[in-house]
Amino acid sequence: MFKLEARPQPSKFWSMGSPLLALAITVVIGMVLFAALGKDPAKGLAIFFWEPIKTPYALGELMVKATPLLVIALGLAVCFRSNVWNIGAEGQFVIGAVFAGGVALLADKTTDGWIVIAILLAGIFGGMVWAGLTALLRDKFNANEILVSLMLVYVADMVLSYLVYGPWKDPAGYNFPQSKTFEAITQIPRLMQGSRVSIGLLIALLGALGLWVFLFRTRAGFAQQVGGLAPAAARYAGFSSRRALWTALLVSGGAAGLAGALEVAGPIGQLTPYVPAGYGFAAIIVAFVGRLHPVGMVFSAVLMSMFYIGGELAQSRLGLPKSLTGVFQGLLLFTLLACDTLIAYRLRFTSPLAVKGAP
Amino acid sequence: MESYALLFAATLNAGTVLAIAALGLLINEKSGIVNLGAEGMMLCAAIAGFATVVHTGNDWLGFAAGMGAGALLAGAFGVLVIWLNTNQYATGLALSLFGAGFSAFAGINYVREKLPERPHFSVPFLGDIPLIGPALFRQHPMVYLTMALVIGLIWFLYRSRAGLVLRSVGESPESAHALGYPVRRIRLAAVMVGGALCGLAGAYISVIYTPLWVEGMVSGKGWIALALTTFATWRPARVLLGAYLFGGVTMLQFHLQGIGVQVPSQFLTMLPYLATIVVLALISRNPAWIRINMPASLGKPFYPGS
Repeated sequence: MFKLEARPQPSKFWSMGSPLLALAITVVIGMVLFAALGKDPAKGLAIFFWEPIKTPYALGELMVKATPLLVIALGLAVCFRSNVWNIGAEGQFVIGAVFAGGVALLADKTTDGWIVIAILLAGIFGGMVWAGLTALLRDKFNANEILVSLMLVYVADMVLSYLVYGPWKDPAGYNFPQSKTFEAITQIPRLMQGSRVSIGLLIALLGALGLWVFLFRTRAGFAQQVGGLAPAAARYAGFSSRRALWTALLVSGGAAGLAGALEVAGPIGQLTPYVPAGYGFAAIIVAFVGRLHPVGMVFSAVLMSMFYIGGELAQSRLGLPKSLTGVFQGLLLFTLLACDTLIAYRLRFTSPLAVKGAP
Repeated sequence: MESYALLFAATLNAGTVLAIAALGLLINEKSGIVNLGAEGMMLCAAIAGFATVVHTGNDWLGFAAGMGAGALLAGAFGVLVIWLNTNQYATGLALSLFGAGFSAFAGINYVREKLPERPHFSVPFLGDIPLIGPALFRQHPMVYLTMALVIGLIWFLYRSRAGLVLRSVGESPESAHALGYPVRRIRLAAVMVGGALCGLAGAYISVIYTPLWVEGMVSGKGWIALALTTFATWRPARVLLGAYLFGGVTMLQFHLQGIGVQVPSQFLTMLPYLATIVVLALISRNPAWIRINMPASLGKPFYPGS
C-alpha cells in the first residue's frame, strides 16, 4: 500500500501542479462517463474544451460567463484566506441582483446613462447587506457562518420570488413571474459590437489586480490573512479578528452583489426566478481551483465557464442533460482536494511484505 | 379539531425526515468529523431511492438503495478526509456540490415518473381512536422506527462499550490511538453510518414524504439537519425534539395558508430557514455552552504518527 510522509516544506511544484492533475483526472473520468453513455469521448472533449474557444463569438460567450464567476471568486478568496467560510455567495448574488434590478426598474425614457453606476453600486450594497447579516450573527451571536450564509441563500431566493410574483411583476407580462424588461439605457455598456462581453470583464480584471495589490502589497491585506493562517499570531500582533471577519464578508458580499448587478443589467435584462444560476456555488470551486490567487482564479473562472458552455452544448448536440456541468464541477473540486494532499505530503509506496517484516 | 390532529401527524412526518438525517450526522460528528455533504448525499439518495421504487415497486428496497448511495458517497468523503487529510469543510462542500449536480444528471429521466399507489398505514385499534388515532397512530413505520433509533442510539452512545470508544475517538483521537483503537477505521465507519442515515432520510423524502423526483428537492433539509446537531448539543433525544419542532415550523406554513392567512407564500416558505438562523444564533450566543458539549476534536484532522 502507500503511506503519506509529511514534507518539511509545502511543495511549490504541487501547489501549481495539483489543479492541473485534478483537471486531468476529471477529464479522464469525464471521457469514461461519455463512453459509458454511448457517446464518442473525443467529441465530448471537443465540446467542452474546443468549441468554447473556436470562434470569436464563442470566445465572447466564454468571457460573458467567466465574468460573474471571477468577480464572485475574487471576493470569496478574501474570505477563505482569512478562514471565514462564506458559502452563501449565491444568496448575496441574488440580493445584489434584486437591488440592482430595483434601481433599473426606476429608469424611464428620460433617464441618463449614469444610471448604470447607480445600478452597480446598488448591487454591491445589496450583496453587502446580505453578507453583513451573516457577519452580524457571527460577530454578536457566534453563529456558524457556514450555516447562516447558506440558509440565507434560500431566503434570498424567496425574496426574489416574492418580488417577481408580486409587486414587481410586469403587468403586461401575460402573468409570467418576471419584472418588465429594463430600459435599454440601463444595459451595462458592451465592449464591442457583435459580442455580449461588457465592461464587466474589465471590472473583473481590475478587481483581480486590486485583489493582488491588497493581498500581497498592503499591511491591511497581510493582517487579513494572518488570522486565517495563525489565529494566535494574529492576536499577538494585535490584528483584530472581528475586523477581519467583517472585511471578509463585506468584500465578498459586495463582489457577489456586483456580479448579480452585472448579470441582471447585462445578459438577463430583467428580474426572473431564473436569476440564481448557481454562479455563487460554482465560484467556490473557481476560488479553490485558482488557489485563492488572483491570477489563478482568472484561469479557473475561464475553465469553469467552459464547463457551463460545454454542458449547454452537450445538451443541444449530444442530447445529454445540461446538469453534466454540475457533475464535472463537483468532480473537479473533489479531485483537487485529493491532489492537494501532495502539497503537504509525499506519497511513499510501501510493499506489504516490508510492513509485515518491520519490527 | 380534526385538522389539528392531521397537522400534528404531518409535523411528526416532517420531523422524521430531519431526525433521521440529523441522527446520522450526530454519529458522524461524535467521531470528530463534520460532513457538510449531507445535502448532496440526501439528493443522490433521493434519486437512488425513487428510481429503485419506480423499477421494483418496493419501498423498502428504495430505502436500502438510498442508504447504499449515502454510505458510498460518505465513504469517498471519509477516505479523502481521514486518509488524505483534506480539509473537512471544503471536502463536505465538494460533496454537496457534486451531489446536487450528479442527482440532477442521474434523475433527468425520472422527472415525469410516478410511483405506484402510496401505502396507508394504521396501527390496529389505536389508529381508530378519534383524534389521537389520526394524530399519532397512522404514520409510516419509519416514524416509529426513528423513535426507536433514538432510544437505541442513546443506549449505544452512553451505555455500550462501542459507544464509549466512538466518543473517545471524537474527544481525543490521540488518546484513543495510544490505547490501540483503530481511530481512522472507526471514524470511517461512523462517517459511513452517518451517510447511510442521511441516505435513508433522502430516500424517505422522495418515496414517502413528497413522492416524486424534482431537481434539488431536498431543499436545504441536509443543512438544517446539520444545524440541528448543534441545536441539540449532540444529544440524540434533543435532536428528535428539535426535528419535530422544525417539522412543525415546516408544516405551519401549509396550515397558515390553509386557514387563509393573508401572507405571500414566499414568506411562509422562508420560515424554516429563518427559524434555523434564529435558533442557531440563540444557541450559539454562549460559546462555552457549545464548547462543553461539542466533541473536542470536531473538525480537526488527525493523522497518526505525524
